[in-house]
Amino acid sequence: MTEVELAIIGAGPAGMAAAVLADELGLDTVLIDEQGAPGGQIYRAIERAAPDTPLGADYLAGRPLAAALRASRIDYRPNTVLWHADPEGALFLATAGRTTSLTARRILLATGALERPVPIPGWTLPGVMTAGAAQSVLKSSGLVPEGRVVLAGQGPLLYLVVAQLARAGAPPAALFETAPLENYLAAARPVAGLWAGRRRLLEGLGLIAAVKRAGVPIRRGMRGLRAVGRRRLERVAWEGGELAADYLLLHEGVIPNVQIGLALQLRHEWDEAQLCWRPAVDAWGQTSLPNIAVAGDGGGISGAGAAVLTGRLAALDAALWLGRIAAAERDRRAAPIRAALDRERAFRPALDRLCRPARPVMVPAEDDVIACRCEEVPVGAVRRAARLGAQGPNQIKAFTRCGMGPCQGRICGPVVAAIIADTLGKPIAEIGTWRPRAPFAPITLGALADLAAADFAPQVDS
Amino acid sequence: MFRPRPEGPGAAVAVSIEGRTVTVPVGTSAAAAVLAAGFDSIRETPVEGCERGPYCMMGVCFDCLAEIDGAANQRSCMIEVQPGMRISRQIRARTIDPEAG
Amino acid sequence: MQRYDSIVIGGGLVGSAIAYGLARAGLKVALLDEGDVAFRAARGNFGLVWVQSKGDGAPHYHRWTRRSADEWPALAAELEGKTGIAAGHQRPGGVHLCLGEDELAARRAMMERLRVQAGNFGFDYRMLDRHELADLLPGLGPAVIGGSWTPYDGHANPLALLHALHKGFAEHGGRYVPNIKVKEAGAAPGDFCIRLADGEIGAPKVVLAAGLGNAELAPRFGLSAPVKPLKGQILVTERARQVLPLPIATIRQTVEGSIMLGDSQEDAGFDTSQRPAVMRTIARRAVLAFPWLRDLQIVRAWAALRVMPPDGLPIYDQSEQFPGAFTANCHSGVTLAAAHANLFAPMVAAGELDPALERFSARRFDVPAAA
Repeated sequence: MTEVELAIIGAGPAGMAAAVLADELGLDTVLIDEQGAPGGQIYRAIERAAPDTPLGADYLAGRPLAAALRASRIDYRPNTVLWHADPEGALFLATAGRTTSLTARRILLATGALERPVPIPGWTLPGVMTAGAAQSVLKSSGLVPEGRVVLAGQGPLLYLVVAQLARAGAPPAALFETAPLENYLAAARPVAGLWAGRRRLLEGLGLIAAVKRAGVPIRRGMRGLRAVGRRRLERVAWEGGELAADYLLLHEGVIPNVQIGLALQLRHEWDEAQLCWRPAVDAWGQTSLPNIAVAGDGGGISGAGAAVLTGRLAALDAALWLGRIAAAERDRRAAPIRAALDRERAFRPALDRLCRPARPVMVPAEDDVIACRCEEVPVGAVRRAARLGAQGPNQIKAFTRCGMGPCQGRICGPVVAAIIADTLGKPIAEIGTWRPRAPFAPITLGALADLAAADFAPQVDS
Repeated sequence: MFRPRPEGPGAAVAVSIEGRTVTVPVGTSAAAAVLAAGFDSIRETPVEGCERGPYCMMGVCFDCLAEIDGAANQRSCMIEVQPGMRISRQIRARTIDPEAG
Repeated sequence: MQRYDSIVIGGGLVGSAIAYGLARAGLKVALLDEGDVAFRAARGNFGLVWVQSKGDGAPHYHRWTRRSADEWPALAAELEGKTGIAAGHQRPGGVHLCLGEDELAARRAMMERLRVQAGNFGFDYRMLDRHELADLLPGLGPAVIGGSWTPYDGHANPLALLHALHKGFAEHGGRYVPNIKVKEAGAAPGDFCIRLADGEIGAPKVVLAAGLGNAELAPRFGLSAPVKPLKGQILVTERARQVLPLPIATIRQTVEGSIMLGDSQEDAGFDTSQRPAVMRTIARRAVLAFPWLRDLQIVRAWAALRVMPPDGLPIYDQSEQFPGAFTANCHSGVTLAAAHANLFAPMVAAGELDPALERFSARRFDVPAAA
């Protein structure tokens, strides 16, 4: 079986930056990614981007990274799904319907983030998507949604997508902001964070201005958001009004993609500031298992700039762990990276407070809102099971099927945990998570059956 | 419906969606191609038969499952269109051909 | 101290079935269970309500299994009526496929032994050749040369059953106490008390149904339950239109359309990790039986610890030292659920196990009964 020194999972900014530095440090590295080209989500399709792309200058900043990756000597494997990993470093992959495996002495998870689910009534109607979804389509194909497009939620990405769609010739009909008033008050302290992160603050204000210049009406304090329609979205309704719409793009921030880390049973912590689970890591991204580290948004949301920096820190730490550099050199090279990382993260606490989801995003009030999209399980079923005695997501799964579908709880996990916590009167941190299992993404029985004997470590029997 | 932006990229790919030939830009995912072709929904759920369209476009929600070149329940947002690709909506549970394999 | 008529320790398929039976009979029951993260053999169950492979050389076990399978439809209907939850039970008969002549000969011999051992009780089976199987099972692979069929076999949804039992238990006034790992327990004949976070509960009867946990728990009540973990892995496919008309020992199609594949056994202690090598073996065997399975995607899989007594047969006992304390352990929690609810629970309520269960006592292992 092929053995490498370092396996990086995910070719977003963290993964690319780690790979490039690992290559410079002489580490035998493989970079595995599900997508067909490097960039992850934020730099999706970056290699095909035109210089005058409506996606803007921040997006284009990803080009040098992708170019550096291509110029490196690492083994880059796009269109490759990781479907099983064990804590000892055996990785099982699938590409083009074929399965293979390799072992890595060290694993770096750089799987990034996904958008927080926004379980409003009607969110499963065709025509309701995430804001990131529309942005992904724009990046990879230049297509834009037609008709009346409403964006709703909060967070920088919401404004960014409005600005990008407007620049692409498809200005949305409205931006509905759902941030509760107390968010503004909470974000105003501490002032020090606002000053240190003033560049980000200015960028944010610039975005808001861009949206206004595009003539997109902004409504704030929106409550009771609902998607209404029979077979597809027809109207967006809220407390006090409604608007005909063809597309509703939702966004309530992003949360770390912890699927593989949970499957590996790494220790995770509930982050109350960001309202999400993230792996417990040290300053180098080292997890609770000595051979596994995390970099990028998968370790906690800090943005693309921070992802590049934590990717580099993880590569340095890997080089030390693999015996390629001494601790002194690692620390010396890390010093400027840490300084830059501090600057990148300065505004984050204020941003977290400003964009904290309102309670209904976490715990829908209505019993008939779908909690688990895959298995079509409503919120009410989750509540009833919790009242019957189910103490956590695993028992809820047993009683309601939540989490049994192909997404294996990626989308419904946060919602289900929040509903259980609310019903049982416990903090979410106590509720726990599911244990995702292999295959992390579907593979065919034929591909599994064809796995060669050579793909197993010697001590395994059949 | 999704449409190309006014100054859209030049190169295009012809695919078949529900039997109809549709041309979309290079780099379009099969899921986006279905939206570009004017379809609102891409599947009907296996249990209740509800219509669903793509939601996340990044491969985590599995709501974009479609039949691609005869293979059922494919994550169509993770598959880039190729010339001649046949894309169909996934209607409820997949069929099985007992003579296959 | 809160007093009950009976305490049941363990909220899995065995404990909840017994607790349901007791509560239905009008007893005031407390059902103690661990928290969300626990071994829970119920979560590893394949879902067969299976008779044809049970009890070769142990006719008492075969009869107990048959009685449970016969009671199953009534229990499922009763649970659905009471709770609205369908256990998805179907009893179209079941098939065990054989891939080689030796395997087929051994299977035929076993079926015949079961028939002889059943005596006047009777045992109806048929050995089917390849042609007969191919008529019954679409797309049967060329590797299959024959198999055994009996009308007694069926399948159900283990988790729906668990949900229904819990809900039925609550509807009958049962009290469910989660997040308990029983550590301190007082035992005297006909008088048991268990310490909880917020006080003590007591009852003249206690049933140990804690699966693997029974091994450690039993001696405290003057009982023995030498069970060990046996790891099993299962693969589940995407949903498909119904194509399999009946369950096969290691392949079954659920009511929702997913196809479930087993059956593996690993002696791996308490390790619940999946192993691709074992997953591959399950996939290979399945594809041999039905080549068309190759195209189906696996959407989820798991490994779980099942409960295995030393000889594979259930353990049922009442403590001699502390009458009123009972144990119940078995490998086939789904198949025996009806027996546990409808036959075992009434015995517990009456305070005496039927002589038919004597041969299931742990005394058969020659282990001293007293602590």
